[in-house]
Amino acid sequence: MAYQPQDIFFRSTAPVTVDEDKCIAHKGCTVCVDVCPMDLLAINPATQKAYMAFDECWYCMPCEKDCPTGAVRVEIPYLVR
Amino acid sequence: MSSHNTLEQAYDIVIIGGGTAGPMAAITAKEKNRNLRVLLIDKANVKRSGAISMGMDGLNNAIIPGHATPEQYTKEITVANDGVVNQAAVLAYAERSFETIEQLDRWGVKFEKDETGDYAVKKVHHMGAYVLPMPEGHDIKKVLYRQLKRARVDITNRVIATRLLTDASGAVNGVMGFDCRTADFHVIKAKAVILCCGAAGRLGLPASGYLMGTYENPTNAGDGYAMAYHAGAELANLECFQINPLIKDYNGPACAYVTGPLGGYTANNKGERFIECDYWSGQMMWEFHQELEGGNGPVFLKLDHLAEETIQNIEEILHSNERPSRGQFHAGRGTDYRQHMVEMHISEIGFCSGHSASGVWVNERAETSVKGLYSAGDMAAVPHNYMLGAFTYGWFAGVNAADYVAERDHSELDEAQIAAERARVYAPLQRESGLPPAQVEYKLRRFVNDYLQPPKVTRKMEIGLQRFADIENDINQMKASNAHELMRAMEVSVIRDCAEMAARASLFRKESRWGLYHHRVDYPLRNDAEWFCHCHLKRDENGVMTSFKKAVEPYLIALDDNEQQAYNRLRVGAA
Repeated sequence: MAYQPQDIFFRSTAPVTVDEDKCIAHKGCTVCVDVCPMDLLAINPATQKAYMAFDECWYCMPCEKDCPTGAVRVEIPYLVR
Repeated sequence: MSSHNTLEQAYDIVIIGGGTAGPMAAITAKEKNRNLRVLLIDKANVKRSGAISMGMDGLNNAIIPGHATPEQYTKEITVANDGVVNQAAVLAYAERSFETIEQLDRWGVKFEKDETGDYAVKKVHHMGAYVLPMPEGHDIKKVLYRQLKRARVDITNRVIATRLLTDASGAVNGVMGFDCRTADFHVIKAKAVILCCGAAGRLGLPASGYLMGTYENPTNAGDGYAMAYHAGAELANLECFQINPLIKDYNGPACAYVTGPLGGYTANNKGERFIECDYWSGQMMWEFHQELEGGNGPVFLKLDHLAEETIQNIEEILHSNERPSRGQFHAGRGTDYRQHMVEMHISEIGFCSGHSASGVWVNERAETSVKGLYSAGDMAAVPHNYMLGAFTYGWFAGVNAADYVAERDHSELDEAQIAAERARVYAPLQRESGLPPAQVEYKLRRFVNDYLQPPKVTRKMEIGLQRFADIENDINQMKASNAHELMRAMEVSVIRDCAEMAARASLFRKESRWGLYHHRVDYPLRNDAEWFCHCHLKRDENGVMTSFKKAVEPYLIALDDNEQQAYNRLRVGAA
């Protein structure tokens, strides 16, 4: 077994970012995670704050519009903007 | 086998897809019989799922008494589809849809009204007036969700339905799928299933090269088309692709329907109007394509001649509804409607009967050709049906499925079908190493562009079929690292099935029809003598994808010769 399959990861910058000072996920809020059609957001177990886990954004905006504290910002992905 | 749980449930009616048609079907079935057990499942969350997740800025096909009649509308859609329509299905929509508007109005959806309280209908189509603005349409999903709760419809979010179960007679008796967070397997017994899964919107690759920069909400990968196909249902006129005129790169609608009545229009690089009518049709797209590829290209949305007040109104509507990140896109590129025209382009191809005519065949009762299987919305083949058609056919599906299940019991599920699907779904999770689903999807969709984007060329489509067969082998080598990536992997298989259907359906119809949607370079003319018919596609008894002709149903509303030619006179100055 000289050759082993090896994964290599592409870098990307997340178009959706969260202001952790405003995010209230640690109090149980999951609004942005719930409304993303593509299921791209998650709660980071270490920080208990929302973050973008997958780079498949449709820049549709429910996460930003529905966030009760205005903590989520959607930027149009670089390839499109 | 995997360690994942299998969850088993039983419902009278299972509706797959909670966007537009699905909620209406679910609510309607419960209203018809409140004792029915009705489940609505969605791969996203019903609160913000489907094509209207951020609302909609208007109805594109409202038939309002005093402004239009069902007969006029049926004629217009017949002509816009070069005559190949089942008028019974279009007329059923046309006759029922005003009640749908009144129902949505009662629920709290706000439509534009004039000073007398009458609906403020606008003319965008070539012949009649059918566009009703909803400047506050961003709330429509909230309105629907409230009604779902009131009707006590059960909702399961984040479950990807992958295959339907069928009994010995071929009738649908269940649904299988998996949870995109836990990867748990779901087996749901059902007496009837209603497919409302939206368009096949991830077929072509957007010109930006960004996988999820599609015109359609990318959750709408074509799941419903693939499920219907594998259950043996007939699909109709798939070669009548969806291709839309969009804002270049952003890939959202430029919204001539909104701006047209306010004075905006589609223009060439000289700022001149070249089409008389901005209503989306294959013929309009043909003229758009000619202008785009010729010396007068590219094509633009022109608003820079409008008054400040009008432009502010347009910004207010377009930057808060349907695709609200549009304002940010324009700002990033320094585009101001006051000074600049908005550059436009042609979308990637897709299937969508909401806009064109490519869908799972249904009759005027929303029944597919498979017993116990109904379909509504963008994926059901009622031409140019749009959002109001999705609601109205959702209503038909809900009523008729409720009647169908009333006298039926659950039937025994076939364990062999369940075992086979379980193995298929979990295979990418169980591989130690393998191809990344995103790359397989990218390559597949690039081939779709290379070989299927109109104008269609026979030899290219034949090569495309070979490439899609090769991708089937790649699909069997994909690895998914988690449940989320498994969702993407299963979507690749759906997209591949749709790509093969698109190629085979296009090769079968040996003529050109519907403008750009089915322009075949090798058969450049419309040939009514041989091809004035529907073309259906299905999986035959031997599992082979097969196409066949179906006669166009006798017209209920006759057209005169002049009317039949109306959509061939879209170019400004055409005789």
